[in-house]
Amino acid sequence: MDYFSTIILVLDSTVRLSVPLLFASLAGLYSERSGVFDIGLEGKMLAGAFAGGAAAAVVGSAWIGLAAAVAISIFFALVHGFASITHRGNQIVSGVAINFIAAGSTIILGQAWFRQGGRTPALPSDGSRFTEIKLPFADTVRDVPVFGPIYSELISGHSILVYLAFLTVPFTWWVLFRTRFGLRLRAVGENPAAVDTAGISVTWLRYRAVILAGVLCGFAGAYLSVAQNAGFVKDMTAGKGFIALAALIFAKWRPVNVMLACLLFGFLDAVAIRFSGIRIPAVGEVPPQFMQALPYILTVVLLAGFIGKAIPPKAGGQPYVKER
Amino acid sequence: MAKPYAKLPGWVDYGLIPLVNLAVAFAVSGLVVLLVGENPLRAAVLMVEGAFSTGDGIGYTLFYATNFIFTGLCVAVAFHCGLFNIGGEGQAYVGGLGVAIGALTFGAALPWWINLPIATLLAAAMGALWALIPAYLQAKRGSHIVITTIMFNFIAASLMVWLLVGMLKPAGLMAPETRRFADGAVLPRLDWLIEMFGFTIRSAPFNITFLLALASAYGVWVLIWRTRLGYEIRTMGFSPTAAKYAGINQTRIIVITMMISGALAGMMALNPVMGAQNRLQLDFVTGAGFVGIAVALMGRSHPAGIIPAAILFGMLYQGGAEIAFEMPAISRDMIVIIQGLVILFAGALEHMFRPAISAFFGRIATSEMKAAPATTGETH
Repeated sequence: MDYFSTIILVLDSTVRLSVPLLFASLAGLYSERSGVFDIGLEGKMLAGAFAGGAAAAVVGSAWIGLAAAVAISIFFALVHGFASITHRGNQIVSGVAINFIAAGSTIILGQAWFRQGGRTPALPSDGSRFTEIKLPFADTVRDVPVFGPIYSELISGHSILVYLAFLTVPFTWWVLFRTRFGLRLRAVGENPAAVDTAGISVTWLRYRAVILAGVLCGFAGAYLSVAQNAGFVKDMTAGKGFIALAALIFAKWRPVNVMLACLLFGFLDAVAIRFSGIRIPAVGEVPPQFMQALPYILTVVLLAGFIGKAIPPKAGGQPYVKER
Repeated sequence: MAKPYAKLPGWVDYGLIPLVNLAVAFAVSGLVVLLVGENPLRAAVLMVEGAFSTGDGIGYTLFYATNFIFTGLCVAVAFHCGLFNIGGEGQAYVGGLGVAIGALTFGAALPWWINLPIATLLAAAMGALWALIPAYLQAKRGSHIVITTIMFNFIAASLMVWLLVGMLKPAGLMAPETRRFADGAVLPRLDWLIEMFGFTIRSAPFNITFLLALASAYGVWVLIWRTRLGYEIRTMGFSPTAAKYAGINQTRIIVITMMISGALAGMMALNPVMGAQNRLQLDFVTGAGFVGIAVALMGRSHPAGIIPAAILFGMLYQGGAEIAFEMPAISRDMIVIIQGLVILFAGALEHMFRPAISAFFGRIATSEMKAAPATTGETH
């Protein structure tokens, strides 16, 4: 029984920790499937978290916070698009730039506007924060063995953004693999010249993909500062954007795999937090630093081609130049 | 429009366009200053004063510039081979381990002028080693080096935390750092260099690593433009296909280039670890590896451009710290924004102003042709 409740607790925090990864990773999925590499997930998420925390604190509405997070994240996505689609700049360089601009400006603006050492004011739970939703019958089934705790602890009791994140997975699959837009989006990432020959604008398609990435990064940021935590803390993404990127590669650019990869990386994080300093028989004490590094190590191993091969979209990273 | 851009005179291509890009980057930074309610011009004046008006200001400026010369060279060498090494941060961090191993082992026994080469070799070796795996995976397995070097930054951070809270920390010490190095592993200051110009220096840890950085810059210039290996590196960067047909072993070139790049990043660790703090501390790199990207882009991957770019960023770093006393809304984090904007405008948006400038020079050329019809120059 004790083991069971521990497992439920770890899985519950797995879900919470994987949500920002999931949003950001799906954001990268749209962008990279259209042939635009996105190193700037981290920066967009961070800027979104700051804008979300700041707007929710000033206006007092979680939804306004979310809107602000999405808006600022789309702005950075458009900068990325302007540099890498319109001006055919290096997509990696542009993404790196966005990460730094976001990292610096959230601290400077946060300090200038709120004077709390880079934090935004703590959000009260009276509507200026996404609070936990209790699903129907969560209390009545609590005492049912096995199913009760799973339903009332694990499935119920998350904020709306958590459910939204997991709904975005089938939605993304549907968009990419069952709509005309999705077909074209994937085509433009593999062979933009063919799409261009068919009379479809490569530029506009890629811009739409990049904007979608902006929207989802905004959600990821808002989740961090308005749902999971009560306000923005400086550098609160702490590399999550890069773990999301790792998850995207680990998932070989497929929506359902992305969810599984994000859950795996979230699980590693949850285990590292829950079991820090616990000895495992025959191994000894696993250092928490090793658990933290594990997503990155796994991604390198995957990239090396030892667990299947990660083949990125063919036209990824290359600006499209129309033939004249 | 067969050719997208008209041919421009050299001074426009290598002087004017980078300058315009930089000016825009700084203008946008000024807007950020305006946004937090301060006067950007006054901020700029304070920054230059903070960096250059006192001996200590100059000392700190050059101390930071030393870091940025190394990391800028690291990024530039990889750029010449067509590789983007974002891993300078991690390579420098692990390089610090090499410095610490050397300094802790021989610090008490040997004088500084023997310890310096030992520590340099160890730091370079550790940095090169940390770049080796991403390089090998890029060359042999086609794994994208940008992604692997980012991953290696995080792995390096975890590794160093593990070592510094574990085996490197002496018993009885709370802070995650090594013990203080013995006197033989403390690098001499270059105070006399600044005192030559009539300034006095008290606390700035401006040390002999600066000269090593300048020597490395010269070494990189010789390597890239005056050796066979450099020629092969540039060929590879210019066109991998051409390199292949010229019989250049691509794996070899990628691995060697990245190891040189990593070694340069690793050597950066000498400056803060042996030159200033005299012990290995957590996070001593403080983003210098990333500043290197901006420095390399700004200096157009040429040592002659990288040194002034590094000094400019050193100035921003030191001036940014001074500015915070006068303008509490502006802290050193301002430099991160400037760095991002420089990377954006001098890197990703490098060609944004080119069509306009090239149209402008095209018009001048056309009007000159009209004035002197005898010249048979190409207008476009």
